[in-house]
Amino acid sequence: MIIISLISFAIQDKLGDPVQQMVGMTVSQEERNQIRDELGLNDGFFLQYWRFAKGAIHGDLGTSYYYKEPALNVILEKLPATLELAFCAIVLVVIVATPCGVLAAIKPRHILSRLLMVISSVGLSVPIFIIAILMVYIFSIELNIAPSFGRGQTKEVFGLWESGLFTKDGLKHLLLPSLSLAIALMPIFVRLIRAEMMEVLQSEYIRFAWSKGLSARRIYFKHALKNTMLPVITVGGIQAGTLVAYTILTETIFQWPGMGFLFMDAVSRVDTPLVSAYLIVVGGIFVITNTLVDLIYGLVNPTVRLASHGL
Amino acid sequence: MKKKVIIVCCLALLLWNKATATTLKMAFDADPISLDPHEQLSEGTLQFSHLVFDPLLRWKQDSQFEARLATKWERIDNKTMRFYLRHNVTFRTGNPFTAKDVIYTIERLKKSPDFRAMFDTIDSVSLVDKYTVDVHSTYTNPLLLNIMTYVFPMDKAFYQDQDQIVKYGETFASRNVSGTGPFILTERELGNRMELERNPNYWDKNTIGNVDKIILTPIRADSTRLAALLSGDVDFIFPVSPIDIERTKKIKGIQLVTLPSTRILLLHMNQKRRKEFQDIRVRKAINLAINQSLIVEKILKGYATPAGQLSADRFLGHINNLEPEYDLKKALMLMKEAGYEKGFRITMMAPNNRYMNDEKVAQAITAMLSRIHITVDLKTLPKAQYFKEFDNRSADIMMLGWQSDTMDSNNLFEFIIACPDAKTGLGAYNASEYCRPYIDDDIRQANREMNPERRIRLMQQIERTIYNDAAIVPLYWQSLTWAAKDKVKIRDIVNDQNYPHIGDLFIAE
Repeated sequence: MIIISLISFAIQDKLGDPVQQMVGMTVSQEERNQIRDELGLNDGFFLQYWRFAKGAIHGDLGTSYYYKEPALNVILEKLPATLELAFCAIVLVVIVATPCGVLAAIKPRHILSRLLMVISSVGLSVPIFIIAILMVYIFSIELNIAPSFGRGQTKEVFGLWESGLFTKDGLKHLLLPSLSLAIALMPIFVRLIRAEMMEVLQSEYIRFAWSKGLSARRIYFKHALKNTMLPVITVGGIQAGTLVAYTILTETIFQWPGMGFLFMDAVSRVDTPLVSAYLIVVGGIFVITNTLVDLIYGLVNPTVRLASHGL
Repeated sequence: MKKKVIIVCCLALLLWNKATATTLKMAFDADPISLDPHEQLSEGTLQFSHLVFDPLLRWKQDSQFEARLATKWERIDNKTMRFYLRHNVTFRTGNPFTAKDVIYTIERLKKSPDFRAMFDTIDSVSLVDKYTVDVHSTYTNPLLLNIMTYVFPMDKAFYQDQDQIVKYGETFASRNVSGTGPFILTERELGNRMELERNPNYWDKNTIGNVDKIILTPIRADSTRLAALLSGDVDFIFPVSPIDIERTKKIKGIQLVTLPSTRILLLHMNQKRRKEFQDIRVRKAINLAINQSLIVEKILKGYATPAGQLSADRFLGHINNLEPEYDLKKALMLMKEAGYEKGFRITMMAPNNRYMNDEKVAQAITAMLSRIHITVDLKTLPKAQYFKEFDNRSADIMMLGWQSDTMDSNNLFEFIIACPDAKTGLGAYNASEYCRPYIDDDIRQANREMNPERRIRLMQQIERTIYNDAAIVPLYWQSLTWAAKDKVKIRDIVNDQNYPHIGDLFIAE
């Protein structure tokens, strides 16, 4: 985390001059310098970092120039929108990619699974923004069934956050962004599940299960799939990073008021405290998801737990 | 019986129509950074000011002034102008609008870092009576009225004592607002959404404007913004990217409105960095080698006007027959004469997200210069980084776009052509390092010249000198393009400064 904070702080200077963005074109150099002084931007790098680090320890990641509020608050306010989007995308990936992958593994020669493979390789190579723009064109301009931007109506849930998951309008708005985000992640999972599952199906214990006369459904879904999921979960953890990167893209295209959109905006405005805070928060999320993945791993595969007991 | 039912239905429909508020959903590329009209001199802030505040006077589409909160004005003497204010106007808070508010606002403008430079020419404002003020300028100022279009009276009783202007901090004025304007702010989620409702007590009862509610969403991405309009999610957008214009035109139910603006795009050839540029023949050759008309036609799809000078058509300094010239043969000959037959290598920088298609234009220029054997190493940057480089004069050729705040040629000359002087701020954007003291004298004189004829002659003379000297490369005046649903009559309310007067916007049922 310290390294992330150092890096995120170090790139600040490369983003441009925040003061330039704050003032009009006609403001003199002198005035700008004065503002820079007031902001402490004329101090040395280490002095600035020291000030930043001191605040960060107390949970203060600086104040956004644009929002005029503590950067952390701004980000946390936008966090639910992004989490909802990511959550829906993950749900979509799970419910679509798993059966697809399994099907492709069980019946590799079936015309449907071949088609799936073709689609997934196309999906892997077509960039997400093209898919997103295409979907906007088809679903909102031509068919007019889903709105093209924004989050729609939100409702407060348990007094905790504003959610779009519980209103019809909100769900409609969720459709396109989460779908395009899911499409970006799906192919890799379909292929992974297929490959892993095929390998598992070759293994001894599956053959043993067949000979024991277990039903196909039980073999495929209980024995084979469970073991397939191990590497998939690991990759899923790593893919969380990709997910974050893709949320930035999707949110920008769909004007989704989440963290990714906030980040892009902050970069173009040179709102440096906000940029640093975002990087730190995302870094934190990474650490958390990877820890969670390790924990889930133990749940799915008991041998991991046994290993740590020094069997 | 049947007839009765139909009549009742029609009546009900009519009533229902009356009862439903006319809502305008608009998507622009940016939203105001602050509710404080004096925090930043930017398009977003001024657009917002025209919604929630009223100016003393404003520009009409035909470049004439229109009286708003000032009903008339007259010159008392060379340095004094008297403004008569509108009676029976109230602020959102219910406070009455009087001369005190005008004095208060101008004094506050003089404290704002962004507006100070413009309002420095106003020495003081004195109260004559409750609805009359005298504005005293420091010297005879022909542009006083142009500057007064930036005065949007603020509610003195509301803001007083908590009115500090802070550029990056939370202030009372950046969160609260009280103006006399056609709309009242009801909701705001910064960077995401802004809602305004019609001011029920608005003084201008003669307007045909019928918008009861505005929902403003900033949408940054060009394609998303257009998609939002095409899918019917919004009614009115700005800007439309040139590549989308042809496509948008063909769509039924959507109208496109284009106006030439006064924003000039130009290239600076830095004479301090390159001795080659000190040779007028080289500068002329570059001017001749760049084909403005082709750039406008191919890259901007006709949504710009090729420029051979700085001043746009409506500016006093504009010279009618000064057209951009393109002559490759002559350019090559000039290069040969100057001793650069084999050419040379230079660096160039341009922004890639500031002006319409700026990156593509820069690439086209690179190609055009290669034909007179000048090899250009082009680097394009996002605006946030570009202007830092611009201030450092980091490349031999730099691109710049400039819109005159005062709608006058002299503002262009002051910032782009005058000899750079850190103390006075003159020539702050002169990345040519081109310096002719006699032009500076003319600029100063034009700032004080009250006789319109003489003033025009002075400024045209400057324009002519720049042209003859090939001091810079003027490229084109960018056009502004809005799009809206057919029923939203935007044609009458947009203007070349891009401050749409939405208070007067009529939406057909």
